[in-house]
This record gives sequence, structure tokens and C-alpha cells, in this order.
Amino acid sequence: MLEKQSNLKAWLYLLPAMALLLVFTFYPLFNAFYLAFLRDYSYLNGTAEGYTLFGNFIDVIQGANFRIAMKNTSIIVFISVPISVMVALLISVALNSIKKLQGMFQTIFFLPYVTNAIAIGMAFAFIFHQDYGLFNLILGVFGIDPVNWVGLGASWNTAMFALLVYTVWGGLAFKIMVFLAGLQNIDKQYYDAARVDSTPKWRVFSRITVPLLSPMIAYITITSFIGAFKAYRTIIGMFGPTLRPPGTLSKDSLITIVGLVYDSIAQADAVGKISQAAAASIILFLITLSFTGVQMIISKKRVHY
Amino acid sequence: MENFKETLKNMIEKIKEVFKRKETTYSEETIDIKDSKRKAIIYKVVVYSFIIFFAILVLIPFYWMILTSLKTLEQVEEVPPTLWIAFKDMMFVNYLNALNAAPYLRYMLNTVIVATISTVGTIFTTIFAAFAFARLNFRGRDIVFMVLISTMMIPGEMFVITNYITVSRLGWYSPFNQTFGQALLALTLPFMTSIFYIFFLRQAFKQIPDELYLASKVDGTSDFKYLWRIMVPIAKPTIITITILNAMGTWSAYIWPNLVTKEIEYRLVTNGLRNAYLDLTGRIAYNEQMAAAMIVTFPLFVVFLLLKKYIMRGVSRSGIKG
Repeated sequence: MLEKQSNLKAWLYLLPAMALLLVFTFYPLFNAFYLAFLRDYSYLNGTAEGYTLFGNFIDVIQGANFRIAMKNTSIIVFISVPISVMVALLISVALNSIKKLQGMFQTIFFLPYVTNAIAIGMAFAFIFHQDYGLFNLILGVFGIDPVNWVGLGASWNTAMFALLVYTVWGGLAFKIMVFLAGLQNIDKQYYDAARVDSTPKWRVFSRITVPLLSPMIAYITITSFIGAFKAYRTIIGMFGPTLRPPGTLSKDSLITIVGLVYDSIAQADAVGKISQAAAASIILFLITLSFTGVQMIISKKRVHY
Repeated sequence: MENFKETLKNMIEKIKEVFKRKETTYSEETIDIKDSKRKAIIYKVVVYSFIIFFAILVLIPFYWMILTSLKTLEQVEEVPPTLWIAFKDMMFVNYLNALNAAPYLRYMLNTVIVATISTVGTIFTTIFAAFAFARLNFRGRDIVFMVLISTMMIPGEMFVITNYITVSRLGWYSPFNQTFGQALLALTLPFMTSIFYIFFLRQAFKQIPDELYLASKVDGTSDFKYLWRIMVPIAKPTIITITILNAMGTWSAYIWPNLVTKEIEYRLVTNGLRNAYLDLTGRIAYNEQMAAAMIVTFPLFVVFLLLKKYIMRGVSRSGIKG
């Protein structure tokens, strides 16, 4: 740097952003940890009955919905993400290999990225409608009887299936965008060499494209895991704020960890609930953190290359 | 002479042989080319069918949404459902009904107000902060920047809990009374800056050559003037991207407005979607529901198609999204 330090001036420029971040980002971050260790805290009058190390965490874990939320979140994460990564990879490679109409197809595949999770969730709920939905209509072509996917009294299995279809659909656009950018960065020489040797296409895919794209595949998979752990809006879109098909019990709920946090915030006026929300958010944070750690290790090892 | 004839014959023989060989190899090659051409065509057909198949899958929810939004409720409840309706049968009135079912025009007005305030605020705080990080030299710069970046991976729910308390304590939200002004403060102030946008804009600022800055210093231009006269115009595409992404974020906001608004009229467009859409007999009016979903989705499409270039710039840098 040629210029001299300008401490005061720099902090003046930073002031507006920093003041806001201090109040709405950094303080809440530390406060979440503080809240999670308060016993019987009530935010309305700011009173607490001393501290507790694990009390709020135990309350969250022993809560009726915790196991259901963990199960639902894990299923969403570990089923929808691998499927959408694979499908997105195949679509991107196909898209990258064509010339005609590439722009038009790109636009189509990117379209879901800008849509509203609540609005499209409603559209998917209607696609899975037992009588008027498109999905059962298609199943009917194959001679399968209409299934009550998400309607009154629908089972957890069918509701989860519908949610997974929506989640995969919703996750494709972003992944295709990133993969396409990655594919366009691969040196053409590899493909030219393969063409000279007249290597079969599938071998080009498995021996050149996938290995060279593997850092990006790893990156996308892990960031998508992290993103999918925060699933919530998609479920509100499909099932509304109850997070389950109408007329079902809470054991059939599609609640996620984020859903636990917001459920507790919704009951914030009750003593101790806000601390439980904080504890649940810390559990989510720790899960996210561990995945970020994995990502850092992987990106240091540079996967293939 | 005899000898010469002999060699000539031999030569002709040889030339003929060469020609023969050439002919055969040539024709073999044409077979080869034809074969590979056929293979290429088959390959193309497979690739295009694959792409078209998935393109249809991607478009189906939109099609079903539009189709349903234009049917009468009787058509919606037909079993099996029809897959097409003629233009003359399209019920555009559903859109009007959907707009009236919830205070949609009010929601739109709110959304525009909130988006404008938070976007203008974000742009200003971001430009100043990004300038400090990109251009100024101060103690602790890299550490502060690292701390900011590392908070980007923290799930937003951790902040929401305390922000909800803060907003209540500041008197901007209470379940008993709330003015529109208070609601606006609660809806905008926490979103007046963004670490991701600071990071994003800093990258753009960093690409501006130092020589410009040094030259302007020689001319005696102040930092402030340099920022607004030189850097901001150069980084305009990035600032446009930030504006679009921020406005689209407000348009799709659902959870926070639900939490911190008491009056239904203070909420934003997406909140209106979870309204109960019933017809006069109490049946669920799926057509109006889908019309409402279209009303929220359509502007996003238009923005995307018109400003795709700017949106894509943001995507390539962004980290986490399902």
C-alpha cells in the first residue's frame, strides 16, 4: 500500500454498516448463546431464575417434536440434495454440449431460482391434490389408483414424498447455474484430446468432466446440505403454518429444526420458550458449523485436480 | 529399350495399385464418416430429448399454476382434470377475485415502500463499507473483514430470536398496538445492510485500478468525491445486481413480516398467499389461490427475464441456497 493509514476516516465510512451489524447481527449472535443458558427466562419483563448449562437444550431435545424434526430434516437433506446434485450435473453437461437453443433452455432451467417458495409450494400442493391434481392424473396413465398425497389425513410418507419432489425441483436451478459456470471453465484441450482418441462420450463424462468438476461438486453438495438443513419455507408453502397435512396428528408433522425455532418464537410470551428457541438455533448452528468444517477440509485437499 | 518398357509397366502397375489402395481406403473412410455422423445424430437426439424432458418437468408447476388460475371452479373440480382451456374460456376474473380476497393492493404498496427503504439503505451502507474495505488502509482491516465474512455461514434463525426481542423492546412491535411507521421500522431497519453485499461490492471496487485513485489524489480529489464520481459509476452493474436481489428478497419475505406485524394490513405480498381462499359455499377456491400465486410469481419472472444478466452475476458469487 502506497497510502498512509487513515483509521478515523475508514471507521467513519464503516460506521453505518457497522452500527447496524452490531445491533442486528453481532449482538443477536452472542445473545443467542446467553439466552440459551438462562433458566425460565421471560423476555417480557426480563427476568430469569439464574442459569442452566443444558436445561434448555434438554427441553428442546426432549420436546415432542425434536425427534420428528431431526428425522424430517435429515431425510430432506440426505435424499433431496444428492438427487438434485446428480440431476443438475447431468442437465448441465447436456446443456453445455448443445449449441442450438442453449440460451432458451438455460433460461427455462434458471426460472425456478427466482420464484417464491411459498407460491410454488402452493402450486405443488395442488399438483399433488388427490382428485384435481396432475400427479395422480399421470399415475392414472400407468394404471395406478389416485393417492392422497397431501390432502386431509394424508400419511407422513406421501406428504414427505411430495415435499421431496418439490425440494429437488426447487434446488435444481441454482446447481445448474453453478455447474454450467464450472463446465465453461474446463480447458477445451481435454475434450480435443479425447476427440482425437475418439473416446466414448460416457467415458469423457466419467474420466474428464466429473473429475475436473469434482471441487465444484463437493462445494455444491456441502453448501446444499447446509441450505437444506434450513428447510422451512418450502414446507410452509406446501402445508401452511401447521407444517403438516390437514387432519393429521403432530407425529405426522413435517416440521424441521428451523420449524422448531419458529414454533418456540411463536410462543415467546411463555416463560422459557425464547431460551428454547435459542437452544434450537444453536443446535442448527453446530450442525451447519460441522458441515462448513468438512467443506474446509475438502477444499484444502482440493478433491481431484 | 526392353528394360525401359519393363520398368514403365512396373510403374504403371504400381501406380494402379496405389490408386486401388487409395480407392479402398477412401471408401472405407466414407463409411467411417457416415457411421460417426449417424452416431452424432443419435447422440444429439438423445441429448435434446433428455433436455426437453427435464425442461418440461421444470415448467410443469408453472403451467399447472397458470392453467388452474384461469379455470372456473367447476373446471378445477373436474375429474380427471383438463389439461388445456381455450382463450375464450379463460377466467381472468379469478385474478381480480384473488386481489380482493386479501388486501393485495395494500400489500403491494407496503412491499414497494419496504423494498425501497431497505434497498436505498442497503446501497448506501454497503457502498461506504465496501469502499473502506477495498480502498482505505486502516488498522485491523483484514481481521474485521474476516470476522464479517465468517458470520455469513451462521443460520439467520440465530439472529431472528434476538431481533424479535429488540424490535419489541424498542416498541416497534407489540401484539396490542402498532402504527404503520413502527411496522416499517421493524420491517426495514434490520435489513439496511448486508455482509454478503459488502463482500460482493468490495470485489467490484477492488478491480478498479489503483492508478485512478492515485491520479485523483494528485488532482486533489477527496476520497468521498472519488467514491461517488469514479468508483460508484464503474461498479454500477454490481450495484444494480444488489438492488435487484434486495428488492426480490423483500418481495418474497414471509417469516419476518409475519412475526413483527400486528395488523394484517401491514404485511407484504407473500404473506397474502396463505390467506384462506374460499368461494361463497366455503369450498377452497383453488383457481383463486393459484391466481394469487401467479400474481406473486409473475413480477419475479418479468424481472428475471429482463435483468437476467445482473441476477446471474450475483448468483455466481453467492454461497448458500438450498
